[in-house]
Amino acid sequence: MSDFKESPSQTAGPYVHIGCAPQTAGLEQRGMGAPFGHKMIAGVTPGHEMTLDITVLDGEGAPVKDALIEIWQAGPEGSYAPTAQFSNWGRQAADLTTGQARFQTLKPGALKGQAPHVLVWIAARGINLALTSRIYFPDENNASDPFMIAAGDRAETLVAAKAEPGYTHVIRLQGPKETVFFDV
Amino acid sequence: MTKNPFSPRDLQWHPPALHHDYRSTHLRAPQHKLLHMPQTETELTGPTFGQNDLGPLDDDLILNYATDGQMAQGPRIIVHGKLLDENGRAVAGKLIEVWQANASGRYRHVNDGYLAPLDDNFGGCGRCLSGADGSYSFRTILPGPYPWPNGGNDWRPAHIHFSVFGDGFAQRLITQMYFEGDPHIKLCPIVQSIPDETAIDRLVARLDMDKTIPMDIRAYRFDIVLRGRNATLFENQMEGR
Repeated sequence: MSDFKESPSQTAGPYVHIGCAPQTAGLEQRGMGAPFGHKMIAGVTPGHEMTLDITVLDGEGAPVKDALIEIWQAGPEGSYAPTAQFSNWGRQAADLTTGQARFQTLKPGALKGQAPHVLVWIAARGINLALTSRIYFPDENNASDPFMIAAGDRAETLVAAKAEPGYTHVIRLQGPKETVFFDV
Repeated sequence: MTKNPFSPRDLQWHPPALHHDYRSTHLRAPQHKLLHMPQTETELTGPTFGQNDLGPLDDDLILNYATDGQMAQGPRIIVHGKLLDENGRAVAGKLIEVWQANASGRYRHVNDGYLAPLDDNFGGCGRCLSGADGSYSFRTILPGPYPWPNGGNDWRPAHIHFSVFGDGFAQRLITQMYFEGDPHIKLCPIVQSIPDETAIDRLVARLDMDKTIPMDIRAYRFDIVLRGRNATLFENQMEGR
């Protein structure tokens, strides 16, 4: 067996915030530099600003309050090149009380051959290998997007709901409306 | 710039979503199989971080939460190794984040109520960037084992959590590092959710006397491997020149 096989994954556990969202752990920064990922927009931006509220639900419909959620998305022009005003990457912990994570971001533009979308990545206690899904928008034409087509009759689990001033999205880990997760 | 797809992830090598003995997976493991899709620009790209984003003590957990002139309590260790991909190539300039319990097995977290004491001088959070040759290093203290609620008498082996970024989001990885010789490794349902003994062994750091500094600090070696890239005709041609 090759020495260079991917390191096996392990759960992020319930205290992931210490390393990845220290403000949520209640950890002062003291000697550490600033935390990463909580702010995607700086100054005046060219695109359409939106909130994206994400909640992860477990098999009993209870919010996964210890989830760490990252998003990776194109900017308004459909590009992954970062600018001074916009970071394509965001990271938020679910609120420890409500389980909701709020991203303040820009609506992504379309990539060639794909509808506008946001990659969403979820780590938590009880999740052995972080889960990857996508978020699409109800006011876009998603019909010819290859991921939406592949998701078939479960494609609607990938579409956020409009909720001014943005969108809200529920990710279900189990149940009849289980969200589609990808191996990409 | 070429962006060959990453090689497929071997899902049999990773722990399955549902592992009966790890109770938290019961309501959190998706029931459907993951839907395999070809990578697009979304998965082939990812965030980048620079040395200017880091503070000077980010890679020193012995000092980065300590009051001036004081230090975290516990056996002093260096954790170091290389960040590589499955092709054996260095993955350079990527962010590695770590978090851990203190020497008593207690986390500095609002939700950790374990009776072992906090250490006023230890936060348990660190980060660094891999170097040009993939090497990384940080200083910390040996974390303690601790009990956790899993329906029985369950104790985590001493461990350090790792969060790693690669060149593309498809390489994103979270894992844990264990310590050579820890009897709890064999007893832990989280570790044992990994089906293959060889795979578990890849997460066990080795005592490294070569990097140990006499009368100061011991060293442990832990290499991290991210998904590699598929070889393509184009790439072979490039390398052949």
